[in-house]
Amino acid sequence: MTGVVSPMAAPAALRGAGAWKPAELLFWTLPVIGWFAFPENLPLLTQIAITALFALSLDLVLGVAGMVTLGHAAFFGVGAYAAGMLPAYLGIGDPLLGLVAAAAAAALAGALTSPLMLRGSGLSQLMVSVGINAMLYEAANKATEVTGGVDGLPGVENTPLFGMWSFDLYGRTAYVYAVVVLLLLFWMARRVVRSPFGVSLRGIRLNAARMPALGVPVNRRLAVVWTLAAAYAGVAGALLTQTTQFVSINVLGFDRSAEVLLILILGGAGHLYGALVGAVAYMSIHHLLADIDPEFWQFWIGLIFIVVVLFARDGALGAAARIRDLIRNLILGRGASR
Amino acid sequence: MSEALLEVEKLSAGYGDARVLDDVSFRLDQGGSLALLGRNGMGKTTLLTSLIGLTRRHGGRIRLAGRDLTAVPTHRRALAGLGWVPQERDIFPSLTVEENLTAIATGGAWTLDRVYDLFPRLMERRSNMGNQLSGGEQQMLAIARALMLDPKVLLLDEPMEGLAPLIVQELFRIIQRMIERDGLAVILVEQHAHQILPLTRDAMILERGRVVYSGDSRRLIDEPALLDRWLGVGAVELDDGTSA
Repeated sequence: MTGVVSPMAAPAALRGAGAWKPAELLFWTLPVIGWFAFPENLPLLTQIAITALFALSLDLVLGVAGMVTLGHAAFFGVGAYAAGMLPAYLGIGDPLLGLVAAAAAAALAGALTSPLMLRGSGLSQLMVSVGINAMLYEAANKATEVTGGVDGLPGVENTPLFGMWSFDLYGRTAYVYAVVVLLLLFWMARRVVRSPFGVSLRGIRLNAARMPALGVPVNRRLAVVWTLAAAYAGVAGALLTQTTQFVSINVLGFDRSAEVLLILILGGAGHLYGALVGAVAYMSIHHLLADIDPEFWQFWIGLIFIVVVLFARDGALGAAARIRDLIRNLILGRGASR
Repeated sequence: MSEALLEVEKLSAGYGDARVLDDVSFRLDQGGSLALLGRNGMGKTTLLTSLIGLTRRHGGRIRLAGRDLTAVPTHRRALAGLGWVPQERDIFPSLTVEENLTAIATGGAWTLDRVYDLFPRLMERRSNMGNQLSGGEQQMLAIARALMLDPKVLLLDEPMEGLAPLIVQELFRIIQRMIERDGLAVILVEQHAHQILPLTRDAMILERGRVVYSGDSRRLIDEPALLDRWLGVGAVELDDGTSA
């Protein structure tokens, strides 16, 4: 085979399309605004950033490549435990090393499980992912001497970031740390999705049967993105461990897998930003509802989900795009826009 | 005799246990062009899909540029140089024209610029979505996408099907350019022989999965009786593409 370049090397035409739009830059001022507007709530904002990263990871496999999974917490959990065990057992407390170890462990788990996921599609994929998640949960539950079982893994202590910033009581370091990691990984995901590799993943989602005849090794590409997404989820899990200094077995919970799927659908799948918007919206609504109606907040969340799925099918992003088009039509008049 | 670019030897293939192709043999030289003719359901499309590896092979061999492709999976056949343009076109509806092309770019001799040079219309529509194209534009995009794989042989399945006469003429000129200027080897499936015989050097007629004619395109034009026999009355004249 001659002249086959790496599918990650974007041609000039694609790179031009990679410029950041004003709306995107505006979006990324939100974390800065959050810092000044809610100084008391930084731990909550940190949770939102971590959830956003987790949802972003799911978007890579589900929204972009079309792999159905309801067990994504498996990789979140692997990353969370890896980042917890490193300081707890080996005394290695450097947070960045922890992130790298978590990404590696989760990527390994992803690489090992990808053949199982690629055996089928649709419902069978869904079942396999739930199965992987459930098995990992029970394994963590059983291995109490390593994971702490249901009591969790305490004693996770990280050294200061770059040896300079320690994780303070108000969660300032934790917040900046989580947001910067999110931004960096988002930037990378954005590049991947716009590369020929990423576009071929979208091609696979749209018409997998057609891709082999176009020279695309479908299963290999899916295995790569599955592994990459697992690493992303692992980093999200590690951030949770490091910013809360504790690993609960809930990191592997089925609830978490279902929740992140709902968040992605709420925000809109396949556009990366949907994951972030979904996380902000879901966590804020969750927080507010739990305040207003501590007993029945789940009822209201359920209602919101049904409304979104019925009336805003492509999530918050899709609804926003439709409202934008509507306003543009009103301003420009109907004839001008078409 | 020089080595053939594409050599098919006693190929038998079909779907499941059903055999559609029976002992099909032919060869295509560098820069060659082959019109693949036959009535509906005679195995023309099956021959193309068998070349790319989407059917079940019962026997026979396929060689491309000296390499045996018989047991090679589809995506490797595509990368080895078989550019298949299916009749359904299969454009990705929610990718732009340009993304449809770059999704599979291999960094070969056919760059975006070169493809746009051949299809100026696609250049104009580069940021349109796949589902915002006319049938003719979709066909052009499907061909352009196959070119991005830098194929040695282009397999075109009824590219003119269902298109307006003006677009058919435009496509005809483009295919002619690919064969004559770019020296691309092409296999062209058509129901309407008169449209493509002037374009190709060789022709082959399939009848119930068997080769019943293999030879010069010229001869088929000169001897309408041959065409009549295998393709039925009216396959030769009728310029509007309808059959008698």
